[in-house]
Amino acid sequence: MSNPTSMEGAAPIKLTRKDYASDQDVRWCPGCGDYAILAQVQKVFADLRLDRDKTVFVSGIGCSSRFPYYMNTYGVHSIHGRAPAIASGLKVARPELAIWVVTGDGDGLSIGGNHLIHAIRRNIDLKILLFNNRIYGLTKGQYSPTSEFGKRTVSTPHGVPDRPFNPVAVALGAGATFVARAFDTDTDHLQAMLRRAHAHKGTAFIEIYQNCNVFNDGAFEHLAEKKVHDERVIALEHGKPLLFGPGKSKGLRFDAHGRATAVEVGEGPGQVPVGAIACHDESVDSSGYAFVLSQLDYPTNPVPIGIFRAVERPTYEQTVEEQARKVAPTGARKDIETLWHQGDTWVAGSGGDAE
Amino acid sequence: MTTQSPLSPPGAGAPAGGPLPTQPKNRSVAERESVVIRFCGDSGDGMQLTGTEFTRVTALAGNDLSTLPDFPAEIRAPAGSIAGVSGYQLQFSSREVFTPGDQPHTLVAMNPAALKANLADLVPGGALVVNTGAFTKPNLQKAGYESNPLEDGSLERYHVHQVDVTKLTALALKDTGLSSKEIGRCKNFFALGLAFWMYNRPTEPEIESIKQKFGKKPELADANIKAFLAGYNYGETAEIFTESVEVKPAPIAAGTYRNIMGNSATAIGLVTAGHLSGLDIFFAGYPITPASSILHELSNYRAYGVTTFQCEDEIAAIGAALGGSFGGQLGVTASSGPGIALKGEFMGLAVSLELPLVIINVQRGGPSTGLPTKTEQADLLQALYGRNGECPIPVLAAMTPADCFDATIEACRVAVKHMTPVVLLTDGYLANGSEPWLVPKKGDLAPIEVKFRTDPAGYEVYERDPETLARAWVRPGTPGLTHRVGGLEKDALTGNVSYDPVNHEVMCQTRADKVARVARGFGTLHLTGPDHGELLVCGWGSTYGAIAQSVELARAEGRRVSHVHLRWLNPLHGELGALLKRFDKVLVPEMNLGQLVKVLRAEFLVDAQSFTKVQGKPFTVSELKARIDQLTSPKERS
Repeated sequence: MSNPTSMEGAAPIKLTRKDYASDQDVRWCPGCGDYAILAQVQKVFADLRLDRDKTVFVSGIGCSSRFPYYMNTYGVHSIHGRAPAIASGLKVARPELAIWVVTGDGDGLSIGGNHLIHAIRRNIDLKILLFNNRIYGLTKGQYSPTSEFGKRTVSTPHGVPDRPFNPVAVALGAGATFVARAFDTDTDHLQAMLRRAHAHKGTAFIEIYQNCNVFNDGAFEHLAEKKVHDERVIALEHGKPLLFGPGKSKGLRFDAHGRATAVEVGEGPGQVPVGAIACHDESVDSSGYAFVLSQLDYPTNPVPIGIFRAVERPTYEQTVEEQARKVAPTGARKDIETLWHQGDTWVAGSGGDAE
Repeated sequence: MTTQSPLSPPGAGAPAGGPLPTQPKNRSVAERESVVIRFCGDSGDGMQLTGTEFTRVTALAGNDLSTLPDFPAEIRAPAGSIAGVSGYQLQFSSREVFTPGDQPHTLVAMNPAALKANLADLVPGGALVVNTGAFTKPNLQKAGYESNPLEDGSLERYHVHQVDVTKLTALALKDTGLSSKEIGRCKNFFALGLAFWMYNRPTEPEIESIKQKFGKKPELADANIKAFLAGYNYGETAEIFTESVEVKPAPIAAGTYRNIMGNSATAIGLVTAGHLSGLDIFFAGYPITPASSILHELSNYRAYGVTTFQCEDEIAAIGAALGGSFGGQLGVTASSGPGIALKGEFMGLAVSLELPLVIINVQRGGPSTGLPTKTEQADLLQALYGRNGECPIPVLAAMTPADCFDATIEACRVAVKHMTPVVLLTDGYLANGSEPWLVPKKGDLAPIEVKFRTDPAGYEVYERDPETLARAWVRPGTPGLTHRVGGLEKDALTGNVSYDPVNHEVMCQTRADKVARVARGFGTLHLTGPDHGELLVCGWGSTYGAIAQSVELARAEGRRVSHVHLRWLNPLHGELGALLKRFDKVLVPEMNLGQLVKVLRAEFLVDAQSFTKVQGKPFTVSELKARIDQLTSPKERS
């Protein structure tokens, strides 16, 4: 099979989504938000002409985890929650490969929470896409670790008794060097986030709000709906003031304890001049600022999308490679006989080697 | 004619070579064939170091030997308590040694708790060296002694040598400027020096070793050397020891040797498999007793093509190893029973993905956390069957500490050849025990052939090699061979997800056949004695030494007993069934409640008898010999 993505030196052919689609029928429910995410991933791969031979998609279990079957790249559909473990081993073993992890709110934050936080903590160069639909879809509608408090589901007829995880806050708490949030339906924005994740060196974590139209339809409609979107969602843009609302007429200000207040922006009475609104800075060294942003939530505040944090840190595999270069500068292996003979040896009989 | 030395095995008879010329004053040397010695003390007394140092120099002296460290799970149980007793036993000999010995001939006890916990094992008439300085009232109380055994006559059956190691060490080191606490830590070297004199070991290699070990703290090196020599000189000058004992080198196969512990042999075996295959070794692990030292050792071997990855948990460790294998390296993980339990689901995925993967289980006492520092063989059925679905995995076991090297290479060879996870069973006894290892030469070991598929033409992900039934291994990054694998059932040819009922049965059967075909590569059965007779003792794993020796003793008496030791537990050797049926009786000794015996009875419909022990300790030769005696008739006259 010819691979246009590997062609070097040849005149570039325009690539399309189809060049990254496998021959398998996509089997998500009609109307699932996963279709839109798959389309944007394939689109970004085509635009960036990414080499599918050097790309691996790794997933766990759940609706989102069927993703690798639909990408014409290398792929592993593994077991529940463990994708970051496989992906970490693969990346450390083969740093030259581009590795994308696709997971969900149950897979990534419940059964696989431990692997997720440790992959992030190590800053292994993985692109982690967490599809958050706030429900278990594949097992038919139980509440997930991102379901709202009090939500009634098949397993919580009296309401969810525990508080949800905020995936962005979890990632930041684990020391993530790149954290973003996007909507499945906001295609241009999602593409922009995927491009930035691709460019980031280190763990890139994107929470994607994704609609499950069968078990949790409209989970993000209160934010996504056109009429209210500008009012309830704030798009973070590096170097630009924290503005939202119709015509960017509102801004966010923070008190000494990180509490946010929405203010009218303008020069009139009771309004705050735009110059007094803080500009978003994704490169702040401390994750505290990004964490404050992660706490903004409906209905008290607008919900942020975009890049919360993007900082450069050495990756785990870079450090491992540097250590390896120190002990084996040429990359050549030491002679195995050196290892066999290390420590105290002695010769018995006449046929032994002299030491 | 010589008199029986209290330092030599009672009943050992006259030394073969007669009395040796008398060396410096007060010193006569008696020659002995084998000696079993045990050092024991508080876990803070440094008994493991004492034992390993004695072993090292004994190995260098050319004796065959076998060791058994025995230490508590607690890093520092309350000082002076029975729970905190740590011991190290070794047998060394001028002939082949199979085990660390049933009972020590010499016991060095550094405190009352150590005496109490170990005295029952000392042979009657054996030599007992006690550190009287530790026999204080509080220590006697902590050990549960109502009266001082050194004074109440309860030790009359032994040759007791009372030595105030604590005080003598302090005297030897009084001018070093060290604190009394630091001086206290040197007393194990005094005991070591004394043992060196008793068994006529050369002091020079030990002095060198101390210098190296404490190279960064020369003042401690000096102090330990002083304590060591003080102990040695005490043996020479004190009137209480009339002679020392010499054990001549053993006539073992010619070659270069080193003393090796099982986990070390396993680690070096992995690196060697990397050398033989040209593959990089990707080892991912999580700390667990008694497997951790494999991770420690491998982490020093980066320059030999090994990457180690300490993971967040056991599950991640096998997952990362499998990721390494998907990436075209040889993924390996090592753990012990509780960790293996956690890895079970990933082992199933590895069976489904059909990638090479080596899973090492250094077994310990179970269930649950069980006896972390003690040995057991109770994870056999877990290895064979402990997963959901029809999930066949080849399983093999190492027999001795040095054999861990060969068993590990064999595990890697099968994993790569058949594209399958392989379970290697060792145990705490092998992991921490040691014996001389004949260092191989290049060319002794067959290369491990690895074929990565690079040709995209006609590639089907689950197309199989007709002989081994292995699918092709493809490294990600290979042009034109992108493919997806996963844990959902796959089409038998394309590897695409398939829920077809017949396809599922074909895949289950094929995976089983693939593992069964591993047996085609087996050598001959490891059989000692004729292939028929009255009794066949069938063992596996670390019971090898004790079974081999007990069978040898029984055969020397003319009993018609043979010994077969299984390298592979799955699949079983093709000739095993027929062999079992050529004996009147089959005995299966295991350090569990009877696991292999179930398998043999189920597979071969033989009335195999079980002989079990789950005490966290290996079988003794005498236990096994007694059982063999019960099941066989004495020598037949023809």
